[in-house]
Amino acid sequence: MEGRVSKVWRGLLVALWAGLLVGVSGCTEPEPGPGPAVAASPAVAGEAAPSATPAAAAAAPPATPASPRGTEGAESPGLEAYATLYSVLKHPRCLNCHPSGNRPLQFDASLPHIMNVQRGPSDRGGAALQCSTCHQAENHAQPHLPPGSPVWRLAPREMAFEGRSPRALALQLRDPKQSHLTLEELVAHVRDDALVGWGWAPGPGRAPVPVPREAFVAAFTTWVAAGAPIPAEGSK
Amino acid sequence: MKLKVNGEVRELPTVDPKTPLLWVLRDVVGLTGTKFGCGMALCGACTVHVDGQATRSCVLPIEQVGEREVTTIEGLSPAGEHPLQQAWVELGVAQCGYCQAGQLMSAACLLKQIPTPTDDDIDAAMAGNICRCGTYGRIRAAIHQAAGGGK
Repeated sequence: MEGRVSKVWRGLLVALWAGLLVGVSGCTEPEPGPGPAVAASPAVAGEAAPSATPAAAAAAPPATPASPRGTEGAESPGLEAYATLYSVLKHPRCLNCHPSGNRPLQFDASLPHIMNVQRGPSDRGGAALQCSTCHQAENHAQPHLPPGSPVWRLAPREMAFEGRSPRALALQLRDPKQSHLTLEELVAHVRDDALVGWGWAPGPGRAPVPVPREAFVAAFTTWVAAGAPIPAEGSK
Repeated sequence: MKLKVNGEVRELPTVDPKTPLLWVLRDVVGLTGTKFGCGMALCGACTVHVDGQATRSCVLPIEQVGEREVTTIEGLSPAGEHPLQQAWVELGVAQCGYCQAGQLMSAACLLKQIPTPTDDDIDAAMAGNICRCGTYGRIRAAIHQAAGGGK
């Protein structure tokens, strides 16, 4: 009897141990990285609201260089162009280096950068862990290696794309205190900057920006020429 | 092909320009203190200084080094007397030791930029150097000691 009881206890212990092991191995699943940096961006009013600007291209005003730069209530060539450029700015190839926090993002899923990489005082990483510690001047031909471009860095924090609604980002682009550039300089930036251009040739394993660069620059130019109109509150 | 390493300009046989600096150092120059860990800039074992900046030599093609000066663990202090190396020995930091050359090179770069780092400074700077033996606590203590901060 005593032997049978101890056998039962042994069986129970084995079962518990096996359960524990399963539990432990379940915990070893790789996680995307520490910290909720992606969700840390400030909420922008109107971000989640339904679109207030149904397509009404026929009613749009002519695409002449506009007068004062301001909000346009209805759809217009300027706002159509802005929708194109906004879709590019929110693409992971652009957004990952325009985070709202102090950590770069990475991969097509825009996860916080591994190794707790930080923005640092000059947007190029911290002491002994600069962007250029791993990111060199060119991409590698093989996948899973750090991508490269002659200057690898983050955008200034004030120019975060992460978490910005169309309206918030338009206002930000128009404010030189945040963008650090005039609208005309921004057009030159998206047209000529090597790191921006990397978004269309990001190397193996990374989705390139789907809109051709020429179309993106054209959209940016059109938006600026139209007076850099701002989408209405709540537009998507 | 010329390479400036540890204060000396070396004339080397031509290699494939895409060869990582790590393999030029180890196989061509014969400086084997720099270790191969992952080959993907994920572990930090291969860290050297390029113009004073900590760099993962396993992902730096030799063609991109150009005129820049490379410093390896052998060049950190010819006699092994760098304050970090002394602290490393005094505190017995290394266990298996494989990652330690890279750890030392990153730590040396950190102290150049932040002479008296805080725990947070050390953690941030050393986050890309992996130690399978888990000597992180001793590494941090040794960096503090080398910085003159005792514990």
